[in-house]
Order: sequence, then C-alpha cells, then structure tokens
Amino acid sequence: MSKSLLIINRQSPWSGPSAREALDIALAGGAFDLPLGMLFLDDGVFQLAPAQQPSALQQKDLGANLQALPLFGVESLYASARSLQERGLEQQTLTLAAEVLEDAALIALIDRYDQVITL
Amino acid sequence: MKFAIALFAPPHAPSSRRALRFVQAALAGGHQIVRLFFYQDAVHNASSNVVSAQDELDIPAEWRELVRQQQLDGVVCIAAALRRGILNEQEAQRYQRSAGNLDAPWDLSGLGQLHEAAQTADRLICFGGP
Repeated sequence: MSKSLLIINRQSPWSGPSAREALDIALAGGAFDLPLGMLFLDDGVFQLAPAQQPSALQQKDLGANLQALPLFGVESLYASARSLQERGLEQQTLTLAAEVLEDAALIALIDRYDQVITL
Repeated sequence: MKFAIALFAPPHAPSSRRALRFVQAALAGGHQIVRLFFYQDAVHNASSNVVSAQDELDIPAEWRELVRQQQLDGVVCIAAALRRGILNEQEAQRYQRSAGNLDAPWDLSGLGQLHEAAQTADRLICFGGP
C-alpha cells in the first residue's frame, strides 16, 4: 500500500515561490494517485483568501491552480482554525472547500499521515 | 533503515550542513540513503559555481564529494532549478544560456522522484522547511 503524505503549506501566496512549490508537490503526487493531504497553516491560509489580484503583481493566479487539487485526486484539504482566526479570515469566504480544524484535531491529523513535508 | 532526504534550504543555511552531516552519519551507521532530493533554494547546493572563502566550509563541494564517493542518487528538481538559474549543459543549450552550472554527479529531474523516494524509503527526512 502507498504511504500517505501530508503537505503542510505555511507560506503566504505572494511572498515567494513556496506556495506554488508546495502545490506542485501535491499535483505531482496526485498524478501518481498517491494518498495526499494538504494543510494550510499559519500564513499559508492566505492562499485561501478571497478576491486576490495576482495580476497587480504580474503573478499567475495561484488560486486557479489550487482549484485543480481535487481534479488531481487531492481531496483531503484542511485549514487551521487558529491561523484563520488570527488573520481575520472567515471559513465561509475561503476559495477552497477545506476542512477547518482546531489545534487538537491538527495533532491527530498529522499523526494519521505516514510522512509530512512542510514548506 | 532506508532514508529519503529532502532538502529545501540554500547551501549557506544551517539546514544544508545539518542535512549533509545527517547523511554522513546515517551512512556511517550502516543505513541506506535511497535518494537525495534538492528542492526550492536547495538547488543551489548542486551548483558548480558556488565559491566559498578558503577558511569556510564549502557545502556544495562536500555534497558533490559525498555523492560521488558513496554513489548516491542525487536529484535536483528541474523546475525549481531552472527558475533559480541552475542548469546543466543540456538545459543551457535548450534555453540558449551561455553556460550550465550543474553537472555530474547531479541529475535534473521532476517531483515524481521525490514521491518515488518517499514511497521507497522507511523514512522521509526533510531539512530546511519554514
């Protein structure tokens, strides 16, 4: 059986290539049909914020690529309740249907996966 | 035990030295390194153009030597490398750049190699994340 991998995505979308490179790991793994999850934590939750204007920064729309995750078989998407709250983001406004988890549930989540990559 | 190593930090970051020492210690302890995978700024660890001061550690040279001596599988993510200006001769020609700065023992390849290594190994050990 394949080992499961949780990708913990901690960087904001426009602070460098980290957000995109974390996403690329997920998309590559999805193509191999591996059991993958993605957790948006700390500034990573900004990747789910609505009404972003990447064109103002001459950047490609990361949000459009995030929408592709379920199409690539990555359907286990999570966001930290604390990280959202600290940054004033509301669950119902998020651009991706991520399950919002409290700290205790995050511990259980990380424990469930065989391997973890944090970017 | 079989380890897969993922490195995300540039050569001057402490994580790169830690990863190097971990790999050396694991090998000395009789463990197996199934693959080194350099991603994000770690691609600079594979550059042949890093020049360290004479009295300072030359981490890219140590990696190169270790991979050669131990015949490790050293893979550098091609997408991460290209966007940071790390190219082998073939990519330099493909994109009409004046020179490559990555050669043997390193291979440029895709993220599938990271997943394959993680699946093959008992443990995936990451260095240099946030």
